[in-house]
Amino acid sequence: MKIKKTEEIIFKALMYISVAFITSSLFLIVLSIFYKGLPSMSWEMISQTPKGGFYFGKEGGILNAIIGSLYLSIGATIIAMLFGIPIALFINVYLKKYNRFVNGIRFFLDILWGIPSIVYGAFGFTIMIMLGIKTSLLAGIITVSIFILPIMVRALDEVLKTVPNGLFEASLSLGSTRTETAFKVFIRQTVPGLATAILLSFGRAIGDAASVLFTTGYTDHIPTSIMQPTATLPLAIFFQLGSPIEEVRCRAYSSALILTIIILLISVISRYISSKYNKHRIKF
Amino acid sequence: MNSKIDIINLNLFIGKQQILKNINVQIPENKITVILGPSGCGKTTLLKSLNRLTDLYEDVKVQGKIIIDNEDILNTKLDVTTIRKKMGLLAQRPYPLPMSIFKNIAYGLKISNRGNKKALSLRVEHNLKQVNLWDEVKDRLHSPASRLSIGQQQRLCLARGLAVDPEIILADEPTSALDPISSQAIEQKFIELKQQYTVVMVTHILRQARRIADYVIFMYLGEVVEFGDAEDFFNNPKEERTKAYLKGSFN
Repeated sequence: MKIKKTEEIIFKALMYISVAFITSSLFLIVLSIFYKGLPSMSWEMISQTPKGGFYFGKEGGILNAIIGSLYLSIGATIIAMLFGIPIALFINVYLKKYNRFVNGIRFFLDILWGIPSIVYGAFGFTIMIMLGIKTSLLAGIITVSIFILPIMVRALDEVLKTVPNGLFEASLSLGSTRTETAFKVFIRQTVPGLATAILLSFGRAIGDAASVLFTTGYTDHIPTSIMQPTATLPLAIFFQLGSPIEEVRCRAYSSALILTIIILLISVISRYISSKYNKHRIKF
Repeated sequence: MNSKIDIINLNLFIGKQQILKNINVQIPENKITVILGPSGCGKTTLLKSLNRLTDLYEDVKVQGKIIIDNEDILNTKLDVTTIRKKMGLLAQRPYPLPMSIFKNIAYGLKISNRGNKKALSLRVEHNLKQVNLWDEVKDRLHSPASRLSIGQQQRLCLARGLAVDPEIILADEPTSALDPISSQAIEQKFIELKQQYTVVMVTHILRQARRIADYVIFMYLGEVVEFGDAEDFFNNPKEERTKAYLKGSFN
């Protein structure tokens, strides 16, 4: 009896420690970004492109990287959605009875999820050479969408898995086809979760540096066509942190702050949207 | 007796395990047929094979014939959705669709492209009235079905099934999740509905079967032990296992 009680206490303590550890890490990261980033933060940072080069220039801002990152991740997320949603629905609605096959698909998606993004960068680079395109927004979008596709499919898949069999049967019994069931019932039932899954992929897309290192290039200008190279926020942080000039290094933290705020904003918006649709969800 | 569904030599396997063993029964038209038996004896599987929901599961192998209106639904060129439209399904617990009350009923009508907007709302009203739900929900037709109580949800599911003009109602222990009053409402409804529909209901509640059955199929471990008119079945059971079950020797 006494042993069981001690066990209980130990595991409770472990739990509290891990929670405290994780919250304090998050808090420290946010705090240090704010602490170091706020002093260099200015209206110019978010409204102007760099003056005097991104590496040495102390003037201007990183508008080019903000716009570039948004173009890149929105483009990549949309392309990944165009493939990802049908794949996830196909797995859960059409392949439902082929358990072993589906588990195989999930296994390979998990492997793809685990591949470091630099490998996707290198892969994207070989595709670029094959297609004969230079470092550009387009090359970046292609690479990043390949990189986030498995993440998105698995996240969507986990959400769609929660749709109960009874609901599937109910919809089919009314004489609807599997496609109607997929788009009218499965999606409605899981909208909040789907939004979160897509957001997760967007977060990976906007925050990843390695996959765009070879593929999008870097520039001080805002791209006007998808064939032009573009700056991105993670690479802006990377280059600014590497600068020999103190002020430029501080600007890296402002860039990080902007990146964090963008992710935060998207997260809040998606939560708002999903809570609006949550009311139709049938709870089981 | 006019039989609506003819089940001939039906065998069903999941993997190597045989779930249904050589089933031969007829289900009469415009009557309430109760499939009775202890848990795990294949009642639900038999019910689900009637509208081919068994297609959804891995390793299920079905042999034999199920003839509905001269069509063997297990080996037919007909589209499976056409077969399913003939039957409304009421599950063990209500599964309303994730949309408004109105759309829950309209869903089935819309996918079969029936009627314009005006006709649609008339149909929705008619079907909700048929299950005595109209007065409770008429002011909030566009609020989510998820907000209804579980008894109301089950009646909504019945109305939704009736909206697509089925000929048969399949019910799988439709009252098992409900409170006594909602259960009674559903049973009452079934008795009214049998004028126009053929009702097939699975239950393991003996008293419920006694209350509403016109015709009984008694199953035990994947076999049909006995079937026939409810009166005969309850008063003059022929098989030993039926007698034991009716006496309450096992559940």
